[in-house]
Amino acid sequence: MSRPPRSASSWRAGLRRDLPYLLFVVPAVALYGYFFALPVLQSFQYATTDWDGVSATYETVGLDNLTRVLGDDSLFTNALTNNLWFLLTVVVVQTLMSLLLAVLLVRNTRPSTFLRALFFVPAILSSVSVAFVWSFMYEPGDGLLNQGWSAIGLDSMRSSYLGEPGMAIVYVGLVQAWAHIGQLMIIFIAGLQQIPAELYEAAELDGAGTWTRFRHITWPLIAPATTIVVSYTTIQSFKAFDLILGLSGNPPSASLDILSTRIYTTYSDSEFGYAAAQSIIFMIIIAAVTVMQRRALRLSQQEV
Amino acid sequence: MTQLARRTVLAVYTLIIVVPLLVVVTGAFKTRSELVDSPLGLPTSPTLANLDRVFSTQSMGTAFLNSVIVTLAAVLVSLFVASLAAFGLARIRGRWGWLVFGFLVLGMAVPAQTAIVPQYVLFRQLGLLNSLTGLVVAEVVVSLPVAVFILTGFMRTLPGELFEAASMDGAGPWRTYRSVVLPLSRPSLAAAAIFLFVITWNDLLYPLLFISTPDKRTLPLVLLGFKGEFLTDYPVLFTGVLVASAPLVIIYVFLQRYFVAGLTAGSAR
Repeated sequence: MSRPPRSASSWRAGLRRDLPYLLFVVPAVALYGYFFALPVLQSFQYATTDWDGVSATYETVGLDNLTRVLGDDSLFTNALTNNLWFLLTVVVVQTLMSLLLAVLLVRNTRPSTFLRALFFVPAILSSVSVAFVWSFMYEPGDGLLNQGWSAIGLDSMRSSYLGEPGMAIVYVGLVQAWAHIGQLMIIFIAGLQQIPAELYEAAELDGAGTWTRFRHITWPLIAPATTIVVSYTTIQSFKAFDLILGLSGNPPSASLDILSTRIYTTYSDSEFGYAAAQSIIFMIIIAAVTVMQRRALRLSQQEV
Repeated sequence: MTQLARRTVLAVYTLIIVVPLLVVVTGAFKTRSELVDSPLGLPTSPTLANLDRVFSTQSMGTAFLNSVIVTLAAVLVSLFVASLAAFGLARIRGRWGWLVFGFLVLGMAVPAQTAIVPQYVLFRQLGLLNSLTGLVVAEVVVSLPVAVFILTGFMRTLPGELFEAASMDGAGPWRTYRSVVLPLSRPSLAAAAIFLFVITWNDLLYPLLFISTPDKRTLPLVLLGFKGEFLTDYPVLFTGVLVASAPLVIIYVFLQRYFVAGLTAGSAR
């Protein structure tokens, strides 16, 4: 179906019709444009300077900041590596666990509704609060987890958790998942409840087992919910700033530094121009990860 | 899956959620040594010393008040501005509407950290640093995209006949917004309000960025300061957590339905 080409007059007529409604949009666009969109654009200009945020003058350094971020900044590379491990942990654990719990709690029975409400509770706590809760769980000496391992005679499982350089960020990822699994479970439940029960009955008649039914009915049909959960989780993993500061203190230790905290630390050190350059790379990384993820998801959801 | 496996998974996950929460709630009323000796037990002789300490040595009371002021103001302004925009966007035909919608909603995918440097400079120029007003502005801006997203999604589902009827009755756009659309949107306004309340009440970034004196601090900022001041004095930290989370937990208990709707609508893109 092809639309007839719009003439200038009909365009103008459309504008005249829409004009009163456009006025309603003005406050939001003005506020958001001036205080957020404009600053995002200004980052590009700041990124080409060595401004410290205070001095009246600064040098234009061109692309030096950007090449420094990409080629010559081990702190940034470290934060990027940590962030990717964090992202991987959170996306995998959070998506699988929330889907599993959704499948188990999909029916609207009384116990199920109660458990859903209970599992949701951590999502309303502030990340700093969640961080304090888990600081105690992870405490290397008398933390609850270590006490638990000792109590059941598994002293070999004791760990210093956040004190283990390689694994620390993975442990933080588990905390992030703990806080949000219950929230994303609700999205999966809404998706699952849309799937017609007849499909499962028919599959059962054909002798399909639990896994086959999940693989060929649930997983493809729940694709929209999965996409929402994975992309939301991804953005969350890049935003997880409060949780890191709450667990690690400000500024965070190198093993817990992620991109958002790195940019904040650079900014706190009064390297305004350089922090702006880091935020530009940050935006590009987020866009790239999002695109790759959508591709991967679409491939996995195709019927095989 | 067999019934036994199902029950086991649910029981284990219930423990994973409940045990840490229980440790915090009971721990707030224990002494330091009691928390370490019996983290899971009930406090044998509940102490209010931690609560005392939190409120006397820290500016917790002021912070609580600041949080209330900033959150209420930001949520109200954001809801008002977003509901205006959502009404407009639901009525505009053609690509204009989608273009503006896309512009506003893109903010949900862009972490605030990407804009902090120019934002700081802008707020400094406007004299909005270290002020609650500045904080309200920042929180409104950062919460607008999600509010517009939730409300537009709802208002687009309102039937066209509704608007035709309103304009037949001689109602202009403002009248239609005020007397027809707003009352009908109450459930989605409530859901959006709760989502905004949670993210604003819990936000750490902007207070950290903009606030420099103790009298302007909000709860998350004071809480973060605890970590440096009390180190591993967990009963005090837990008391801080209780005080900071109490309002949200109370609202959750009473308005659970809206809570779940709000927090999930806000994540559904």
